[in-house]
Amino acid sequence: MLGPSVVAAAALAYLGLLFAVAWYADRRAAAGRSLIANPYIYSLSLAVYATAWTFYGSVGRAASDGVGFLPIYVGPTLMLLLWWFVVRRMIRIAKANRITSLADFIASRYGKSALLGGLVTVVAVIGILPYISLQLKAISGSFDLLMRYPEAVVSARPAPVPFLQDTAFQVALVLGLFTIAFGTRKLDAAERHEGMVAAVALESLVKLVAFLAVGVFVTYGMYDGFADVFARAAAQPGLRALMTPFGSGERYADWAWMTAMSMLAIVCLPRQFQVAVIENVDEKHIARAVWLFPLYMLLINLFVLPIAFGGLLHFGGTQVDADTFVLTLPLAHHREGLALLVFLGGLSAATGMVIVETIALSTMVCNDLVMPVLLRLTRYNFREREDFPGLLLDIRRGAIITILMLGYLYFVMAGDAFALVSTGLISFAAAAQFGPALLGGLYWKGATRAGALAGLTGGFAVWLYTSLLPAVAKSGWAATDLLARGPWGIEWLKPTQLFGLPVADPTTHAMLWSMIVNVGAYVGVSVFGRAASAGEQAQAARFVDVFGETAETLPLWRGAKSVESLQAVLARFLGPARAAELFDAYAASRGVAGAASLAADAELVHFAELQLAGAIGAASARTMVATVAQEAPQPLPIDQVMTIIDEASQVIAYSHELEGKQRELEAATAGLRAANERLQELDRLKDDFISTVTHELRTPLTSIRAFSEILHDNPGLAEAERHRFLGLVIKESERLTRLINQVLDLAKLESGLADWASEELDLREIAAEAANATSALFRSKGVALELAQDERVPAVLADRDRLMQVMLNLLSNAVKFCPDERGRVAVRVSARAGEVRVDVRDNGPGISPEHQKVIFDKFRQVGDTLTQKPAGSGLGLTICSQIIGHFGGRLWVQSERGRGSVFSFALPATATAPRAVEAA
Amino acid sequence: MPASVRAARLFCLFLAALLLFNYPLLAVFSGPGSVLGIPVLYAYLFAAWLAVIALAALLVRRLA
Repeated sequence: MLGPSVVAAAALAYLGLLFAVAWYADRRAAAGRSLIANPYIYSLSLAVYATAWTFYGSVGRAASDGVGFLPIYVGPTLMLLLWWFVVRRMIRIAKANRITSLADFIASRYGKSALLGGLVTVVAVIGILPYISLQLKAISGSFDLLMRYPEAVVSARPAPVPFLQDTAFQVALVLGLFTIAFGTRKLDAAERHEGMVAAVALESLVKLVAFLAVGVFVTYGMYDGFADVFARAAAQPGLRALMTPFGSGERYADWAWMTAMSMLAIVCLPRQFQVAVIENVDEKHIARAVWLFPLYMLLINLFVLPIAFGGLLHFGGTQVDADTFVLTLPLAHHREGLALLVFLGGLSAATGMVIVETIALSTMVCNDLVMPVLLRLTRYNFREREDFPGLLLDIRRGAIITILMLGYLYFVMAGDAFALVSTGLISFAAAAQFGPALLGGLYWKGATRAGALAGLTGGFAVWLYTSLLPAVAKSGWAATDLLARGPWGIEWLKPTQLFGLPVADPTTHAMLWSMIVNVGAYVGVSVFGRAASAGEQAQAARFVDVFGETAETLPLWRGAKSVESLQAVLARFLGPARAAELFDAYAASRGVAGAASLAADAELVHFAELQLAGAIGAASARTMVATVAQEAPQPLPIDQVMTIIDEASQVIAYSHELEGKQRELEAATAGLRAANERLQELDRLKDDFISTVTHELRTPLTSIRAFSEILHDNPGLAEAERHRFLGLVIKESERLTRLINQVLDLAKLESGLADWASEELDLREIAAEAANATSALFRSKGVALELAQDERVPAVLADRDRLMQVMLNLLSNAVKFCPDERGRVAVRVSARAGEVRVDVRDNGPGISPEHQKVIFDKFRQVGDTLTQKPAGSGLGLTICSQIIGHFGGRLWVQSERGRGSVFSFALPATATAPRAVEAA
Repeated sequence: MPASVRAARLFCLFLAALLLFNYPLLAVFSGPGSVLGIPVLYAYLFAAWLAVIALAALLVRRLA
């Protein structure tokens, strides 16, 4: 019943079903009722990881290696446990930046570098080719098997046929056309493919069901359960060895490396990145996928070992390829229905991989390889072309066909040299090269574009040499000498034993060296190379701080020429209708009437760039938007801002210090100003003093001169008259001398240069002496002088002559102002608390309160100096005040107008006992 | 229980799984012998795998 037409019809009908599911899912998505927005579809779409490699290859691997197929699924299980930490971060970043592919993601992270995006694309396309060839081989192999049924099921490849009749070529062609119809019908600005995801989820179910069906058939149909299969296998020494595969320690290292590589592959393979990150509808779906997807992998691997042992037991010794056991066991038992189901399961596994992988790769080729080059080379021609969406789709279609044809080419060149799993591992090792740049860029802000470029280039080069080259060489396309003896016979350069490293497993060997070079260059260049530019650091911060608040706030653009120019750029790539729709929606979200009334500000430019990025990739979008927008002044990443703040706080500290200094300076200045004012005041006082002194000196001089002239000019002057005039001259001269003495005395006192004697004195003696000295004066004026004193008066410490000077001054002042004949002056020496006081009371006219304040100043004389001739120098009281002050006492006056005045001074008493009165 | 604690537990499960699926635990179970007729290494790997999945399912229940 199975025949070419049935198999072909079943295959086409199945592809048609997929197409219908995709179409329905797209329609539901357009209607806003997404079919795929649940964690189950998300988990099933992740299962695109299980390809023909899993479906056919795992059994083949198990047949030669026991559990050697398992690390490929243990690794992703481990990685899924980290999904919440790693992929959730990626999803956030991808959504915020409208990332369209793995290359776009890495390029965006490192400063939207078109060079890096292009490199990632090239590495991805070349690295994935073995993987695609594996699918082609599996599909065409299974198809050929069914064609030849019921003849021999030995899968030795038939003689070479022209490629047009080669099943693998036809499969590649059909898959290419199918993928084009499937994935490039329209250009989606979001670059999400809900239809594709729905179809892939369905395929995941189909391949699981098919594999479980054949597993149950082998385990429970052909044998009597797991224990039976293993027991029979254990009976054969060759098979028993497969149950304890870890013979030597080195195998554990192989296992660990393969696990690590698979951990990287589950996020780094372009199609896995596509379904896990780009196609994710809601990051909440991650939580359930953390266990659902590993459960899926456990289920699809559950029967691998029984099938492998069943096949080995059943076909033991024949040439049946273990990679085909899944299909050849049902065929050998003529279970045609099951065989057809298995064929469709394998087809599901292979087509799912090819569809998602080529769509993801074509997006990368278009956005990160072709567009940047085209935009750079022919920017001006492009502006005139209208149908950009059509061009973009054409580029992608071309890329899909090209990739599949290259996959076929690899299949022709190297397809037969390796089993399915070994072929796939070559691609895994290539995909793992993205790991450092991709994962490092998520957490390490210091990773630079140069580091990523160096790491990826180095790792890829090592991969080419240690992984791809041996695979191609082994197929006879290069000199096999190369593998056996190294290039030019240099042993230590042997691709499979670089530097003589004795590692048997080619995957471990390639991973070891490529990762050392990749991680080493990535970290080394990032750390030791030139620091990243500000724009690059801004992108790094956007990625690493995606869960923080800073990611959204850094403006990249200043603004655009006009809203129309921006819309025109968008229209060129998305179509005018879609562009207008987007702008209107944006305007609506801003509460603006229409796109026309929008401001061409930084936010609008950012919005337009994101929309464009969704269609043509971040690097190209930036190039295009830059034609109509101005870049903002270099945005500062947060850590630079922090540096600046650090510096600023230092500056603030300095300025605080400076402020303090300034305050001190101001205080000092104020002090200086006060001192200066005081100096100026003193200067003025000195000037006043000098002018006053000059004036006081001139008065007696004028008298002396006038009388001298009279005597000189009148020789015949009467003797009496002459005598009187000479007396006046003498008197004025004495006055002048006294004045000069007093000025000198005052100057001495004020400058502190006066000679002071210091002895214990009894003030009563001084008072009595002074009274004696002035008694003639008192008598001549007819003024009475009374002297009164306490019985016990303590001594004071002072200069006798100086104190006498004070007493004489006070007494002569008193007598000066007393009325003639009726005058009365009373002197009293008394002991008060700790001091000795002397009061000199007169019954003169008294001193008004305002005069009392100033009479101790220099040259202040009470009375109208214009009408009354001054009776003294005006310095006496000043000198007295100075003298009393010098000995720690005080001098003051109490007076009332018309009731006389009392001049008093007090000096501190010495501790010695008061002396008794000696004489009055 | 805060989400960070749940996330930390999930990360611990990852570390535990790393241990389960590598040397030396792998070597402990890679000898001859069988459990219920299943070679001990196979039984161990699948049982450990299932346990990790079950624990993960428990831990992520209210993560999102």
